[in-house]
Amino acid sequence: MSITTFVIISIIKSVVVLGVLLTAVAYSVWLERKVSAHIQNRWGPTRVGPFGLLQPLADGVKFIFKEDLTQPHVYKPLYIAAPIISLVFAITSISVIPFGNWVDIGPWGTYLQITDLNIGLLVVLGITSMGVYGVALAGWSSNNKYSLLGGLRASAQMISYEVSLGLSLVGVLIVTGSLSLRDIVDAQRHMHWNIFIQPVAFFIYLISAYAETNRTPFDLPEAESELVAGYHTEYSAMKFAMFFMAEYANMVTVACLATLLFFGGWLGPVLGPPILQMILPVVWFCLKVFFFMFLYVWVRWTLPRFRYDQLMAFGWKVLLPLAVANIVVTALIVAWRA
Amino acid sequence: MLHLILFLFFGTICVAGAINLLAQSHPINSALSLIAVMASLAGEYLLLGAEFVAAVQVIVYAGAIMVLFVITIMLLNAGKEERTKGSRIAILIGVPGVVTGGVLVAWTLLHRPDMQTIPIGALKGDPSDIARLLFHDFLLPFEVTSVLILIAIMGAVVLASRPEAIARPHHSTAGPQEIRELVATGKDRR
Repeated sequence: MSITTFVIISIIKSVVVLGVLLTAVAYSVWLERKVSAHIQNRWGPTRVGPFGLLQPLADGVKFIFKEDLTQPHVYKPLYIAAPIISLVFAITSISVIPFGNWVDIGPWGTYLQITDLNIGLLVVLGITSMGVYGVALAGWSSNNKYSLLGGLRASAQMISYEVSLGLSLVGVLIVTGSLSLRDIVDAQRHMHWNIFIQPVAFFIYLISAYAETNRTPFDLPEAESELVAGYHTEYSAMKFAMFFMAEYANMVTVACLATLLFFGGWLGPVLGPPILQMILPVVWFCLKVFFFMFLYVWVRWTLPRFRYDQLMAFGWKVLLPLAVANIVVTALIVAWRA
Repeated sequence: MLHLILFLFFGTICVAGAINLLAQSHPINSALSLIAVMASLAGEYLLLGAEFVAAVQVIVYAGAIMVLFVITIMLLNAGKEERTKGSRIAILIGVPGVVTGGVLVAWTLLHRPDMQTIPIGALKGDPSDIARLLFHDFLLPFEVTSVLILIAIMGAVVLASRPEAIARPHHSTAGPQEIRELVATGKDRR
């Protein structure tokens, strides 16, 4: 394949994936509002379009037209850069997530993935750790005690749970033997899903990821009743919308990783003509990701939140030893079998 | 050719970040410049073919250590540093001196008769190769290093905790006046 073909195909893939991701982020807001409403025995958005499906569009228009207040007392460069940092790193990790198999369209063929790096999992972890800066710098640059405390708490929470997140994934790596996300999914063929092989790692990953994305029950850094609104107190309109989008994009990334690493990614019954064989894996992938997004919202509106010291103690004193124990047991079993 | 362009790109960001780190007066700007330096170093590692080291550089250095730097600067509320008047003599002699020294070292190194460069991709950067080196060939230094880090952590905990809490663990919340009273009456140990 010539270099121009490669560049054009890559650009098309990037644009399509980015468009789908941003739409998914907007509609995960809709999902959250609807599911939370039904959990609370009310309707949620119903007026704007059928089932309120055009509500995210109305929200987007509102955010664009809202007055963008910039307080005089903020440290301007970082105040403006922080939501951009958050959003950029939240969106970038979709670039290594595979959605399906090889597809052939006419004379060209490509993997359904923007790029297949052989260290894909480490790239996602690296991008997640860089995303902490958006929160920390937002809290600091707002020159506001509530924002500073919220930003400090959030960044301390995020870097604490990154450790157990990474260690829980080591169990999957020991079983699979490769850091490439495509290889990890390929190793789960024929219903050898990692959820059956590594159940403890799955739960540690899920809990750490909920804490990493600052979602309930770990959302004390942005809890309304505690810290006004935490690190995004001083942000309005489009900058707040960028933080909002970054949070939901991180949720989508976590859901994608959970399906790829533990639930077999795009693997599922595939039958029929070649066109269906290319599309069905993507459908299975989207269904599994949707299930994880639904789980996120369900947990948020069901469980009360942790107090901050309980949260940190849980991360360091419970999840970290559990993750290390999981690695030891997995390594022992794999070494004994070999 | 592309390799040279990318090397110069990352190298320029690295050096510019390092110079900016020294030139900025507010510590948060210096910390952000250091993050740029770390990220560009990761790019350089990628160009060398060491993808695992590049990813770990981003995760550990740029993503954890620098976050701790930024958190410390935020907590201490360090403001702009004061600028004292620099010594004119030091700048007049120092900068040319450093440049001359650097040029001498580079010239000596580049003109040795047995210098050679290896092609890109000749070195292995696979995670499995690094794992073999760490856990098979260099296992003893690896384990000794982990013990060393454990000692460093213990030392940091001891240094950072309050002296009253260590000397008199049963009265760790007592203030200085109370401790003096306790010592005077001999009640400081149970």
